[in-house]
Amino acid sequence: MTPQIAFHKVFYRSGEKAILKDLSLEIFPGDYISVVGPSGSGKSTFLKLCCHLISPTEGSILINGADVMKLDPAELRKKIGYCFQTPVLFGRTVEDNLSYPYRIRNRKMDGGRVNKLFSLFQMDPDYLKHEIVNLSGGEKQRIALIRSLLFQPEVLLLDEATSALDPENTLIVERVIRTLNQDGVTVLWITHNPEQSRKYAGRLLAIENGEIKSMEALK
Amino acid sequence: MNEANISFSSLMIASLLVFVSLLFSYFQKLKLEKEILVSVLRAVVQLIAVGYVLQYIFGLENPLFTTLFVLLMTFNASHNAAKRGKGIRNGLLISFVSIGAGTGATLAVLVASGAIRYVPNQIIPVGGMIISNAMVALGLCYRQITADFQSRRDEIETKLSLGADILPSSIEIIRDSIRTGMVPTIDSAKTLGIVSLPGMMTGLILAGTSPVQAVRYQIMVTFMLLSTTAVSSFLACYLCYRGFFNDRKQLL
Ligand SMILES: Nc1ncnc2c1ncn2[C@@H]1O[C@H](COP(=O)(O)OP(=O)(O)OP(=O)(O)O)[C@@H](O)[C@H]1O
Ligand SMILES: [Mg+2]
Repeated sequence: MTPQIAFHKVFYRSGEKAILKDLSLEIFPGDYISVVGPSGSGKSTFLKLCCHLISPTEGSILINGADVMKLDPAELRKKIGYCFQTPVLFGRTVEDNLSYPYRIRNRKMDGGRVNKLFSLFQMDPDYLKHEIVNLSGGEKQRIALIRSLLFQPEVLLLDEATSALDPENTLIVERVIRTLNQDGVTVLWITHNPEQSRKYAGRLLAIENGEIKSMEALK
Repeated sequence: MNEANISFSSLMIASLLVFVSLLFSYFQKLKLEKEILVSVLRAVVQLIAVGYVLQYIFGLENPLFTTLFVLLMTFNASHNAAKRGKGIRNGLLISFVSIGAGTGATLAVLVASGAIRYVPNQIIPVGGMIISNAMVALGLCYRQITADFQSRRDEIETKLSLGADILPSSIEIIRDSIRTGMVPTIDSAKTLGIVSLPGMMTGLILAGTSPVQAVRYQIMVTFMLLSTTAVSSFLACYLCYRGFFNDRKQLL
């Protein structure tokens, strides 16, 4: 089987400093991988490479067998959902954010889809009209997650997606993600929570000091 | 008619005014004496030189020469504007195209409408006003757009990660920057006559033109400054945003 994402001896340097060193790994469709490692070890940088927000300075990344440098970046990113470590909402209202993925595809917002996602996360559809300045950190995090799920991605990259949530909402999000994974969505999830990292994941990727420390199969 | 006519001796006496600012600088320890002297000397030398050059060119009545002179002014202004936007790729070229297009469009309308004729003593001063206004507008645009591309990185990367192309991911920033470039011109248009009697109108009145006639010129000037800043700011911002991305649609 062709890996969905394959890293071959990937380095990422910023100036003199090598932030990621000699990364090689293969990720297959439907994988669920938890990514762990100390602060500053390069986890977020790894996800940015997966979403092609940065290019490797050495080595190659293949997406479904094709060199990432030869793919159309915007088309590629449309298939990859990415929730940033610090969620960024833009515009004025939640609706400005949830209509954005439709706008860049020249489509009208699909109210049914939006409401379905709100109900998955057990949020009130009224949120659509809320102003983003009034949202709590946890609300922002879930809105950003919904925003990247409006068009079901093939790969979902989560960077500490539940860091601002209470235990109850964390459970809700974990279950939604597991369901998505069971539907075939590949999940890469950075987490600092040891329990969360082993709960549903199939593999555990530990990054330390910019290098792969271990890749452990779970269960 | 009561025209002001400045003799050489009255200019000399007026130059005493420079000493006022020098004295201030000295006693207030502003340490600006050297800069004041240099700027005054530069102003005098540059103006005298340009006075003779203009007199010469006005005498030539040669449209080609007039055009060349306007292009030279555009180049100088572009150079200056580009310095304001250090982070802008191809700043000089973009500024030249934007200022050139804004100036060209406005001058074309003015000439076509018969408001001015394509003769050096009309095109050059009018062009100069337009060009320097566009230069200031571009400087503001560049400052805003570079600052925004720094401070709103996360927002742009978020939009890119959602699959947006580079234009939709930066459109808000582009709009804000165009607005920043245009606002001073709009604001000064709002307060014309209430807060300020603009330099050109003052000059005309001093030279003996009736205020009613001078006002007509000022109205024309206001229109042309508005159109030029609009065209130039718009072009400059739309031409330069690409420079903040690489060809992999990643933020630099
Ligand atoms: N654009 C950049 N330029 C320079 N250094 C960077 C850049 N991005 C990240 N770094 C550095 O690279 C290292 C890894 O950063 P990264 O954000 O990937 O860490 P992380 O594992 O996600 O950490 P955390 O758990 O705190 O989020 C850090 O030392 C960071 O300072
Ligand atoms: Mg991180």
